[in-house]
Amino acid sequence: MERNLMKGNEALAEAAMRAGCKCFFGYPITPQTEISAYLAKKMQANGGVFLQAESEIAAINMVLGASATGTRCMTSSSSPGISLKSEGISYIAGSDLPCVIINVERGGPGLGGIQPSQSDYWQATKALGHGDFQLLVFAPASVQEMVDMVVKAFDKADEYRMPAMILADGLLGQMMEPVTFPEINANQKPKPWACDGTKMQRKHNIINSLYLQPDTLESSNISRYERYKKIKENETDAEIYLCDDAEIVVTAFGATARVAKSAVNTAREQGIKAGLFRPKTLWPFPVKEINEACKSAKNVLSVEMSMGQMIDDVKLALECRIPVSFFGRTGGVIPKPSEILNEIKKLGGAD
Amino acid sequence: MAVVFEKPHALCDVNLHYCPGCTHGVIHRLVCEVIDEMGIEGNTVGICPVGCSVMAYDYFNCDMIEAAHGRAPATATGVKRARPDLMVFTYQGDGDLAAIGTAETVHAATRGENIVVIFINNTTYGMTGGQMAPTTLPGQVTQTTPYGRDPKIQGYPIRVCEMLSTLSGTALAQRVAVDSVPHINEAKKAIRKAFENERDEKGFSIVEVLSTCPTNWGLSPVEALERLRTDMIPYYPLGVFKDCDAKNPKEEK
Amino acid sequence: MLNEIILAGFGGQGILFAGKILAYGGLMDNKEISWLPSYGPEMRGGTANCSVCISDDPIGSPLVLEPNYLIVMNTPSFDKFIDSVQPGGKVFVDSTMIDKKSDRDDIECFYIPASQLAEENEMSGMANIILLGKFIKETDIISIDTLHKAFEKAIPPKKSHLIDVNMKAIQLGQQV
Repeated sequence: MERNLMKGNEALAEAAMRAGCKCFFGYPITPQTEISAYLAKKMQANGGVFLQAESEIAAINMVLGASATGTRCMTSSSSPGISLKSEGISYIAGSDLPCVIINVERGGPGLGGIQPSQSDYWQATKALGHGDFQLLVFAPASVQEMVDMVVKAFDKADEYRMPAMILADGLLGQMMEPVTFPEINANQKPKPWACDGTKMQRKHNIINSLYLQPDTLESSNISRYERYKKIKENETDAEIYLCDDAEIVVTAFGATARVAKSAVNTAREQGIKAGLFRPKTLWPFPVKEINEACKSAKNVLSVEMSMGQMIDDVKLALECRIPVSFFGRTGGVIPKPSEILNEIKKLGGAD
Repeated sequence: MAVVFEKPHALCDVNLHYCPGCTHGVIHRLVCEVIDEMGIEGNTVGICPVGCSVMAYDYFNCDMIEAAHGRAPATATGVKRARPDLMVFTYQGDGDLAAIGTAETVHAATRGENIVVIFINNTTYGMTGGQMAPTTLPGQVTQTTPYGRDPKIQGYPIRVCEMLSTLSGTALAQRVAVDSVPHINEAKKAIRKAFENERDEKGFSIVEVLSTCPTNWGLSPVEALERLRTDMIPYYPLGVFKDCDAKNPKEEK
Repeated sequence: MLNEIILAGFGGQGILFAGKILAYGGLMDNKEISWLPSYGPEMRGGTANCSVCISDDPIGSPLVLEPNYLIVMNTPSFDKFIDSVQPGGKVFVDSTMIDKKSDRDDIECFYIPASQLAEENEMSGMANIILLGKFIKETDIISIDTLHKAFEKAIPPKKSHLIDVNMKAIQLGQQV
């Protein structure tokens, strides 16, 4: 297959179209702008819709409407914009609608900065809005994974009738790398729940997240969590690198995992038994996989572009059996391989 | 036996939850009669707001979507852009449309979205127990304006049809009332016109319906209708504020 | 072998484009590559830079902090990056734009009056490509044939007449 050189944002946009995304609604924000610009140019010729909304809030509610008709659709933003979308995301989750949401993260809180960050981990995996719900969260670490994961996100969102997020960052969005586009089977399963007109042949469909009776709402939430249980069993994914004999396992996701991998390689060259665990799904968190990766670990080091968020899930997954320490840079600062190597050495790898 | 009166097919055969004397039921019926007469039920998607009509998805026989507070025009935009072949209408109250959803309303109008907006103006937030709405009249007592709305403090009400009539994407902006048979007949004509505009792809159509809220106004149903006539219509004059083909602006009347 | 390159200058000097050509060169040679631009307000009229990695192995961080090659086209960028070049590294300086010289003796610096050469040879705005020509001559990362293919890949068909002009600028740079 032909290798193309593309920016992460553009490759993701192209892959979304190939995955059958027919509607994109968005609002400009750095550093995800290329996604909108690419789709603005290509979507219509592809028989799809590109619409710049008046706000992030409007964009996510347009997604709700388009998704309700059974159409594959997507929105994209960066951290502050995702906060604005959180209301709509909660409604989409509560209405059991599929869609794909892209977060090309930048530093926060508040207006923050525009340089790469991973400080929306908690938001994406724990609390992207009010109420009991989860999103599928995929964390690509290369331009190729931006492509592969957005395709998977559309499929899994449809399969489980829930929103899926690609949690990327400014680094992945802006960088160019070689990428190939896989053959995509765009045949989608029918969506009998969709609001696409009764044609006077069925009872009306209702897309709704309101349940005024507590017991009805409770059972709606319970049935959703039964689906989540299946997802936790079947949909976790992770890369385990040089962990077989690793005494120090570095855990990192997304762009940070690339830097961490460089540090792990250097550590190995220096005779330190280091390995890397990289979750590709952040929700569900790969609990089984991290325990497998850490079977010979004496120390775990969580490296993140934040003040420390994924580390909570690492500790929970390991049930605190192994000491977990943290190294992070935040605010848009990208950790250096040498900094991570120093941290590995501090954990006893130097002897 | 000859049938002289029947429930429109588009209206579900259920009990409505609205208070006695509330005019939501009349307006639901008018919308459903139009859907029946145009034969579009199987091809229509309705969008409910947050407010008293939040549960209207149980009352319309067409496919229905419940939107977030104020976001119905954005949700309708999503439906219509994804499936231009569907007829789409929103049904929204004054708080939903003219306060929290102002941006969505204005931008759906200025984009000339081919949708119908049925806007219920009863000058109060009914569902939450009668607080000040963006359309609450000067001097009107509500739960959150216990001394009456004072424009010096709370500002002035919004005249939505007048405002939206300034936007090029608006095809129809008409204010009607449902306090009397002639007015109800006029209201139905306006609603029909709005749906026809959507069918003919003329742009954004809004029908503002002056409505009553006896419960929160603290009036009997009859007194409430009287207040609509004496207090509301002078501030919110009935009539057509814009009627054109917004997609072919030269034909503006 | 991991080659880490920084290209830096003012916005409008074609810094990002020159970096892309190098990346396309790596693509044509079936190497692992990454290209990462600086982004944000500094793009608009201020300084621009990009990191390019070309390697036989998968690339870790695409952000180059200590380059072994630096192509630099304005003084602020020269000041910013000159000390970060790895010992043994090579630096390509547009000496029309930068009148400074490095006092480091552990790196090799080439001072090319690229902007002046561009003016004199009716190649206005192609100082970046002239520097690339010098770069491929003094390094063995990318061959001239590969570079030609890179231009063919990177330049859209309707602007294909620009390929020859670019190749002329490359040759001029090689001859300096």
